[in-house]
Amino acid sequence: MKEEVISPKKNLFDVNLKEIWKYKDLLFLFVRRDFVSVYKQTVLGPLWFIIQPIFTTLVFTVVFGQLASIPTDGLPQVLFYMCGITCWNYFAECVTKTSNTFVTNSAIFGKVYFPRLILPLSIIITNLLKFGIQFLLFLGILFYYLYNGSNISPNIYIFTLPLLLFIMAALGLGFGIIISSLTTKYRDFQFLISFGIQLFMYATPIVYPLSLAKEKLGTYSWIATANPMTSIIETMKFAFLGNGIFSWYNLAYSLIFSLILLFIGVIVFNRVEKTFMDTV
Amino acid sequence: MIEIKNISKMYKLGLISTKTIQDDIKNIFYNILGKKNPDLETIETNTRDEKGGDYVWALKDINFNVKKGEVVGIIGKNGAGKSTLLKLLSKVTKPTTGHIKTNGKLASLLEVGTGFHNELSGRENIFLNGAILGMSKSEIKSKLDEIIEFSGCKRYIDTPVKRYSSGMHVRLAFAVAAHLDPDVLIVDEVLAVGDAEFQRKAIGKMKEVSGGGGRTVLFVSHNMASIKNLCDRAILLENGMVTFDGSVDKAIELYKSQNSKDLKKEFKFSNKFSNEYIQIDKFKISPMKGNFISISSGIEFSFSFKNKQRILNVDITYEISNMEDLVIFHSGQVIEETTKNKTEELQVKTQIPHLNLNAGNYKLKVVFGQNQSKLLLTTDYFLEFEVQNEALGANSKVLPGIVRPNIKNSIKIIS
Repeated sequence: MKEEVISPKKNLFDVNLKEIWKYKDLLFLFVRRDFVSVYKQTVLGPLWFIIQPIFTTLVFTVVFGQLASIPTDGLPQVLFYMCGITCWNYFAECVTKTSNTFVTNSAIFGKVYFPRLILPLSIIITNLLKFGIQFLLFLGILFYYLYNGSNISPNIYIFTLPLLLFIMAALGLGFGIIISSLTTKYRDFQFLISFGIQLFMYATPIVYPLSLAKEKLGTYSWIATANPMTSIIETMKFAFLGNGIFSWYNLAYSLIFSLILLFIGVIVFNRVEKTFMDTV
Repeated sequence: MIEIKNISKMYKLGLISTKTIQDDIKNIFYNILGKKNPDLETIETNTRDEKGGDYVWALKDINFNVKKGEVVGIIGKNGAGKSTLLKLLSKVTKPTTGHIKTNGKLASLLEVGTGFHNELSGRENIFLNGAILGMSKSEIKSKLDEIIEFSGCKRYIDTPVKRYSSGMHVRLAFAVAAHLDPDVLIVDEVLAVGDAEFQRKAIGKMKEVSGGGGRTVLFVSHNMASIKNLCDRAILLENGMVTFDGSVDKAIELYKSQNSKDLKKEFKFSNKFSNEYIQIDKFKISPMKGNFISISSGIEFSFSFKNKQRILNVDITYEISNMEDLVIFHSGQVIEETTKNKTEELQVKTQIPHLNLNAGNYKLKVVFGQNQSKLLLTTDYFLEFEVQNEALGANSKVLPGIVRPNIKNSIKIIS
């Protein structure tokens, strides 16, 4: 039997990955719970996962494509928007859902111990499943356009998709757990996140191409590329649609950014999880 | 098995607001300077009913060890720190100072049904709940039938738990928890819910866990009967400190006298029990002998009252009922002092030496009348008091019955 010591001392880097592994069953049960319970007692069931991106794409096409006539790098508008929305949804859901981990789960956390990181991790995985469904929808529409001879050219870079997903997950988790750690004591951050993430979308080339932003911003175009989500969306468009600004350099920047953010996030989360019950 | 050393837990009272941010900044500031924050040096003992500063010790310098296989009861009044202690043990929150060493798998039943998801079926929730409590999927699978059987909710097992009655909820949850198989089990007041049959089952299961498997159990309850039934050692907490650690009987006795300290407080009335005829002041109930009211202690009431209109022939009647509203007695008499003289203020002391009420809770009503015919003032049941059990002869258990009269046998040996 292993001896365990509970004491107030906090080691900054004391993240128990082994323990998280031990609770992997719980992780997947949480994923199952979150995934299944969403569409219980609905008629359309899992269809709801694709209704949302379809309508957002339609609205974007009408508003930004037709009314505002924002260029799309010569790509079909529907695909251009849907590509961005699918990725953005994954990131945004990861951030917003993990950002209230402590507050929404305080009832469970207050009664029983398990590695707290399990819950945000389960949210990342649940959203990955949702992303999978939405991505299939995107692929379906992509094939439709290919079949009809549209001017799109998916290329070898589609194999960067796992890397892109990893970066998005790390970014979402990192942001989310930092905010959730802060909300345990000060709920102000909850308000910040709900509209912050909306504004953040407009800082990311989703309704406009990066090329347009670079052209309009001129010397300030580094602002657009400093956003770690930018290179992900652009790589995605470049890989699947054949037009966008791709650079390994930008992608590496996003990767490093996400890793640092995740690292800080885990440390902050780890520090807060031990006493948050007293302040939540 | 469990070693608890110098454990203290500080809590900050009051709301979290802009003031907290000032405090946080102050704390950081003091930390950087390497000094102690003077605010934190005035942490007070945790007394629930007194006003005081913002920082309290919910637990203060707790030290004890629990050996393997021991069943330890933790008792104390509300706010004594019982649940905080269990929370520290189950790693829900961390202590402010000190450390706890535990050995082996630890499971806590701080509240049954933790993490039940309403939309999921009973079966799905067994898996979820089991995993939250630390079981692996295969472990749960192997015990699934046993768990369902124990819960007695077989028919409902594939129905979402939101359709369950609250009792079924608890049954299912306890069934999962009871099959945890931990080395140390921490239980907080879970037996208070559920019907009688289930309580019996639950206690039986806990006995099996502690007795048969040689497991360590820490058990918090206000139910002295189950503490007595299950534990071989008890720890009494008072205002966050251990005031007794030892035999169960002694701990329960101390706990009860602690409780009756509260009951002995005087009841002061403002205008509540007064009308144009009578006003009652400072009503007090106490035992005639000993520290607390028990089966044989007798009861004493003392109070003063104003006879506002100097009425003659005032009588006082007491009525005591048990909690099921069964009137035990309704009896009184005319105060002699008011038969001839017109009096205004009187001090009353009433003794009932041989009431011999059985252990339990009772409530009291006082009625004032004139010459036992005209009603002057009647209170509602304004006071509850507890009669403590007491070992008369060899039997120390609470026995059935409303009264426990003192029985005297006079016996002649014939052959």
